[in-house]
Amino acid sequence: MKLVKCIIQPYRLDELKEALGNTKVHGMTVTEVKGFGRQKGHTELYRGAEYTVDFVPKVELELVVPDDAVQQVLDLVVKATRTGKVGDGKIFVIPVEEAIRIRTGESGDTAL
Amino acid sequence: MKTMERMGSKFIFVAALLLIIGAMVVPALVTAEEAAPAAAAATAAPAPNKIDTGDTAWMIVATALVMLMSIPGLALFYGGLAKTKDALNTMAMTFVTFCIVSLLWVLYGYTFSFGDDISGIIGSASKLFLKGVGPNSISDLAKTIPEYIFIAYQLTFAAITVALASGAYIERMKFSAWVLFSVIWMTVVYLPVAHWVWGNGFLAKLGALDFAGGTVVHVNAGIAALVGALILGKRKSKPIMPGNLTLVITGAGLLWFGWFGFNAGSALAANGLAGAAFINTNTAAAAAALAWMFIEWKHSGKPTVLGLASGAVGGLVAITPAAGFVNVSGAIVIGIAAGIIPFYAVAKLKPMFGYDDTLDAFGIHGIGGTLGAILTGVFADPAINPAGTGLLYGNPGQLWTQIVAVAATLVYSGVMTFIIFMVIKAIVGIRVDAEEEMRGLDESEHGEKAYNL
Repeated sequence: MKLVKCIIQPYRLDELKEALGNTKVHGMTVTEVKGFGRQKGHTELYRGAEYTVDFVPKVELELVVPDDAVQQVLDLVVKATRTGKVGDGKIFVIPVEEAIRIRTGESGDTAL
Repeated sequence: MKTMERMGSKFIFVAALLLIIGAMVVPALVTAEEAAPAAAAATAAPAPNKIDTGDTAWMIVATALVMLMSIPGLALFYGGLAKTKDALNTMAMTFVTFCIVSLLWVLYGYTFSFGDDISGIIGSASKLFLKGVGPNSISDLAKTIPEYIFIAYQLTFAAITVALASGAYIERMKFSAWVLFSVIWMTVVYLPVAHWVWGNGFLAKLGALDFAGGTVVHVNAGIAALVGALILGKRKSKPIMPGNLTLVITGAGLLWFGWFGFNAGSALAANGLAGAAFINTNTAAAAAALAWMFIEWKHSGKPTVLGLASGAVGGLVAITPAAGFVNVSGAIVIGIAAGIIPFYAVAKLKPMFGYDDTLDAFGIHGIGGTLGAILTGVFADPAINPAGTGLLYGNPGQLWTQIVAVAATLVYSGVMTFIIFMVIKAIVGIRVDAEEEMRGLDESEHGEKAYNL
């Protein structure tokens, strides 16, 4: 099992959710976050004061998928969220030791 | 939208209720006139002052409208511009000031500003604790309404003037220092200046025109804002965006609404002059909002909603001294000027000199008020109000008188504010420490958070 952590542009979330609906991925967790990579560090003038904009709003999506589905999911996420412009985001793949479905006590791939 | 409709219909309901009650009460007042002539004779008026129920009903409502400008109008306007971690403290400054001034006004504020004139400088103590004022009393300064209403009306002006200055002090001033400031500043700055212009003091005798408070309120608070901001020093953190612009817009709308009481109510009667002030107020506000919007559009590329709100407030500030003296074309010109010049004060002057006038109390109220006071000397039309003739109507001297009045206010208020801040600094200190400033004043001064999610 792998945790696929995606940091994407907020307005691409809906399209990604639609695309993931056709796969083995049955659930996800979404958080509103702020961050920067290469997109940071510009100043804006507002009401006579200079504001430095460091952090840009993003959405963080976490999916835990079985090993055999990881590559498909990665391709899918990239396809649904890539615009070609700076700020598209990043994906991280992290190994998962265990997964449990709380209601039934199932573990492993069947808990996903 | 619904809130405005509810407020609008509440307004009509209350006004109607008051008129009905007034109509029922008139017969009683007619028989109670024995008391009124005695009071009038003591002041040696040519004809006895007599309560007019229409004027009274309007002035009761106007007083409530101006109160609304403080709470929640200014509280929301300022509170929404503050950072979220300082929003409650910002609103608290306006709220507590209204309460403090309400109390001090009836104790000694009224008598020293509107009592019998002493050498053109201050009023007498004859009405300390409102001694001698009863339900049938009428002031010579407002001949057709109960004195209690005149007292309350002027109270609301005093309160909002003090609260306006807070706009330059937020996010770093100790609450205890602000409470002390409210007490002292109202006493030694507002009372004399109000007396000079409205209480038959030396500026009134000079012929200075200030219909609803260009000098007394806006120039006064504006320069106090600047001086205090300079003494307090800049905030430590870099500026970030306003915490809640929806509150700012709501506050601006309430201010505009209440300003009809501020300006039209300064006619102290329900008459044509109030009508003129009303239409001038609305026209100037709209012209200024649009002027600011277009200038900003050209200057920064996008018309901000904050700009619309700020422009409207700037227009309202500038028309304040002029509302009952100019005609509609004068109001339009003043409005446009008030959209342009305060914009540049905020966008260029402030970054150039680097003073941290947090919410542009000086930029909008100080500069807008000065602009309005001076333009009153240009555009005052005797056809609107025989008491005022400006440069354009053949009286160039009025312009000079206006400049003198503004200068006197700037100097007095500026110097006194400096002294007051120094005194408070010595007693309790004026600024919170760096850690409290970072944490936010809601937590450090009040132990509260705006939202407990």
